[in-house]
Formats: sequence, structure tokens, C-alpha cells
Amino acid sequence: MDLNSFLLMRHEISLLGIILLLIIAEIAIPDRKKSSILHLALLLFGIHTAVGFLPLEESFLFGGMFQSNEMIHFFKGVLNIGVFTLLLQSADWLEKNMMNQERGTEFFILLFASLLGMYFMISAGDFLMFFIGMEISTLPVAALAAFEIIKRESGEAGIKFILSAALASGVSLFGISMLYATNGSIYFEDILTTLTVSNLTLLGFVMFFAGLAFKISLVPFHFWTADVYQGAPIAIASYLSVISKGAAAFILMILLFTVLKPLMHIWENMLYILAIATMFIGNLFALRQENMKRFLAYSSIAQAGFILLGFMTGSQLGTATVVYFVTIYIFSNLAAFGVVQAISNQTGKENMKDYEGLYRTNPRLSLVMMLALFSLAGIPPVAGFFGKFFLFTAAASEGYYLLVFLAVVNVTISLYYYLLVIRAMFVRKGEDPIPFFENKLYMKLGLLITVFGILALGIYSPLYEYIYQISSVLN
Amino acid sequence: MIPGVSINEILTLTSILFFIGVYGFITRKNLISILISVELILNTSVINFVVINKYLYPELLQGMLYSIFIIAVAAAETALAVAIIINIYRRTGSVAVRETETMKH
Repeated sequence: MDLNSFLLMRHEISLLGIILLLIIAEIAIPDRKKSSILHLALLLFGIHTAVGFLPLEESFLFGGMFQSNEMIHFFKGVLNIGVFTLLLQSADWLEKNMMNQERGTEFFILLFASLLGMYFMISAGDFLMFFIGMEISTLPVAALAAFEIIKRESGEAGIKFILSAALASGVSLFGISMLYATNGSIYFEDILTTLTVSNLTLLGFVMFFAGLAFKISLVPFHFWTADVYQGAPIAIASYLSVISKGAAAFILMILLFTVLKPLMHIWENMLYILAIATMFIGNLFALRQENMKRFLAYSSIAQAGFILLGFMTGSQLGTATVVYFVTIYIFSNLAAFGVVQAISNQTGKENMKDYEGLYRTNPRLSLVMMLALFSLAGIPPVAGFFGKFFLFTAAASEGYYLLVFLAVVNVTISLYYYLLVIRAMFVRKGEDPIPFFENKLYMKLGLLITVFGILALGIYSPLYEYIYQISSVLN
Repeated sequence: MIPGVSINEILTLTSILFFIGVYGFITRKNLISILISVELILNTSVINFVVINKYLYPELLQGMLYSIFIIAVAAAETALAVAIIINIYRRTGSVAVRETETMKH
């Protein structure tokens, strides 16, 4: 094993380098120039994102603990773009509130550490690496949720998140210990050959699944979502709903389609019920939300239910549609959270009622919001439609007609509440509309990337073909 | 391996401890007690890994290694949770769940 083989961990090594550089910058740069760290971090991460798209061969390291292939590599690139957009959108908030408290560097270090955990999680080749990656990705986010120490809700969000995350990982660990007991190994490759259906295996699998279901907030495990999203800073709510959920859905798909494939006839039925419950409860609760962050939280729970539809197939088509849908979902939700953040930065308003008459004063912002909500709802010209369409096609091709029908019913419900926001912005006049404001350059760039993603991902079909081609690795 | 004690007995003990932890997590009204319950849950899986390794698959040390990592992660988790709890205590003067909660459905 020579040093060159470590280049397989290029993403991880370069991100670790950025974290170390930021720590050095925090020490070396004098206090009055601290705000330049913001630009430095953005520049470094931009380079990291661009370099990440260079091709990488398929291989494994550390006796199979760490693996990488073209699909994992592609998804890491998507996560990079997501985090970069998120940083652009939150630059204004950071500069205003955190840099003068000298806490901006911590924000970047914690966020990048969490992303590093996600890399390890989706590249994991055994349960130990998977568990460590999951914990590295969760713990910094809890600290970030409690980041605005002057706000009481922020602390509440942090403690709710860390306690439920710890419970979820505890339950998950208990399940993994049972899988270890029946299979005698924690390596995915070994488990795949020895896994058979027995009571202990099933109990272990269900408990293990509960831990990941918490991360993507499926319905029996969704109670933390709305509270944490509302209390945490918007950048972190956005990170949780976009990056964290996307990565967890991705690794769950890899695990279900490779290691846990022998149990497929069991988890099919389980996911069937969970998908229906998640879609209905997410959508019905979203109907009655006033706060935009809570509203987007419930809408993101419902979107997780749609992702489950793709899991049910277990085929190459299913893999491709899930990756495609998650990619589109990342861009759409980032756009929605970006607009909420832009408005909250300027005025501090977060309720749906405050958005009335927004089109008259800030037409461009409301157009971005409209595109994002159309994409989340799945209205034809934008990317979200194609994501949902392929997902439903994949599920229908396996014969789940009733489930697809229920999903379409849910799309209709979700269209209703997405249109509520659009009505508030475009139709209602509003007594006290938000006055016109000009966004900072970074925020504009961040919104522009998401709009480009929403429009291009649907129209540019070679991308879907590329995803379909690389997703052959799982089957 | 403990002479005279079979794996069934130890696994029964850890399962009971696990559910005591879950029960405590649900019913306790104090943030610190909830944290202690979570620790109980994490530690049962530590015992599980060690026991399964020792009794069933003694040729490799996978379970032992896993338990070391769980202990380290649990320590980090506790440190972070306690830090947040102290922050909340400074703000509200209490660590009771009822006093902390402002956001409801």
C-alpha cells in the first residue's frame, strides 16, 4: 500500500486541510480583520468544490472500511455544491451577527467537520466507519443549532436535537450489536454473505433502521424536526433539511440495496407503511403552519416520504431516480430556505402573513420563491416535476399502483399549501408589505445557483442518463 | 468470559437495562436525568458488543474495538449536551423540561 492510494480519500483530506487552515487563520489574523475569514473560507471551499469534480477511480481502503465508486463520488460533489450555496446564502447573516462576536470561524469549522462526517458516512464499508461518520456528522450540527446563544429557542433546539440524536444512535447501536451477533462481522461484504432471516436479525434490522429514519425524519421519528428547524439559525435548518437528509437518504439506500438486500421482502412491507404515514402526516401538518421554517420542516418530512417510494423498487431504476430526486430536492429546498433567510436577515420576519404583497415590492425574490415551491410541488416546467415523475414511474413499474395513487393524492395536498404561500406573495395586497431591499452579492450568487439548478436539472437530460449509468454499481 | 454465566443471562440483563433507559428517557422531567438515561442506552450496547465478541466470535476483536469507539463518542455527546444544558440554565435558571419548552405544535 503506497501513499498514492490515499488519494481515494481526496475529498476528506482536502476538507480536513481547509479546517486546519481556518484554525491557523483564526490564530494568525488580527481581531480587526477577522471578517476576512469569511471570504477566505468561501474561497477555499469553492476551490474544494471545483476540484472535487475531477474523476476518481473505484476502489477501497483499510481492508474495505472505506470505499468509493463513481456514484459516491458524484454524490459528494452534489453535497459540496449544496454546502457552498448554503455558505453563500448565510454569509450575510454571519457577517452581521457572528463575525463581530468573533464566532464566525467556529461556524465554518463545525459545519465543515459535519460535512467531513457525512463523507465518511456515505463511503463507509463497515458498521464501525458508518457509526463514526454518522456521529461526526450529527454532533457539530447540535452545537450549531444552539449557536445563537442570546436566543432562548436556539438552546432549546440544540438540546432537543442532541438528546433525540443520542437516543436514535443508541437504539441504532443496539440493533447493530444484534446484527453482529447473528453474522459475526461488522463488514458489509461479510454480512451480505451470511445474512439470513431470523428473529434476532429482524429485531436488529428494525432497531438499526430507526436510527437512520431519525436522520431523514420519517414519521414515527419526526417529532424533533419542526422544533429544531424553528429554533435553530436558518442556515442550520437549511443544512439539516438539505444536506443532512440527503446524505442519510443516500447511505440508507446503499445499505438497503446492498447489505440488507436479503431482507428485501421484509423491508418492502415496512417501507410501504412508513411511506404512506410519512407523506400524509407531513402534508397534513404542513397545512396549518404559520411560521415559514416550521412550514418548510413539515414539507421536508413529506418529501422524505416520496423518497421512500424509490427505495421500494430495489432496482437500478430505483437507485437512479432516488439520486436524481435528492439532487433536485437539494436545490429546490436551498432556494426556498435562501429566500426565507434573505427576508429574515433584512426584516426579522418569518411568518407567512408577512409575505403578503411581496411581489409588488421584491419581484425577483418572490419569483425565486415561486420557482422553489413549484419545484417542491412538482409542477411541469421545473426540475421537481421530472424528479417526482421518474420516482413514481419507478414505483409503478414494480407494481405499487395503490402507493403511487396515494402519493399523487399527497402531491395534490402539498400543491394546496405551497400555493397558499404563492397566493400570499402574488395575490394578497397586504397591509404592511416588506419594503424593497437589495441583497448582498453573496446572497444573490447563492440564489442564482439554486435557480440555475432548478431550471437546468430538469431540462438537461444527459444528467439523468449519467446518473442512471453510474447507479449500476449497486445492482 | 465469566465462568458459570451464560451469554443468555448477560444479554437479558443488557436488554432490561436498555428498556429502563428508554423508559427513563420518556418519563423523566429533568434534562440531566434524560441525559443519564441516554448514557444507559449507549452503555448497554457497549456491553452487548463486548459480550458477543467474547462468547461467540473470540478469534477477532471487532466487537471490542467497536465498544471503545462507542465509549469515546458517548463522552463527546455528553460533553456537548451538558454544555448546551448549562447554556439553557444561564438563560432560564432551570433544567426542567417544562420550563425550557417554548415551541409546541
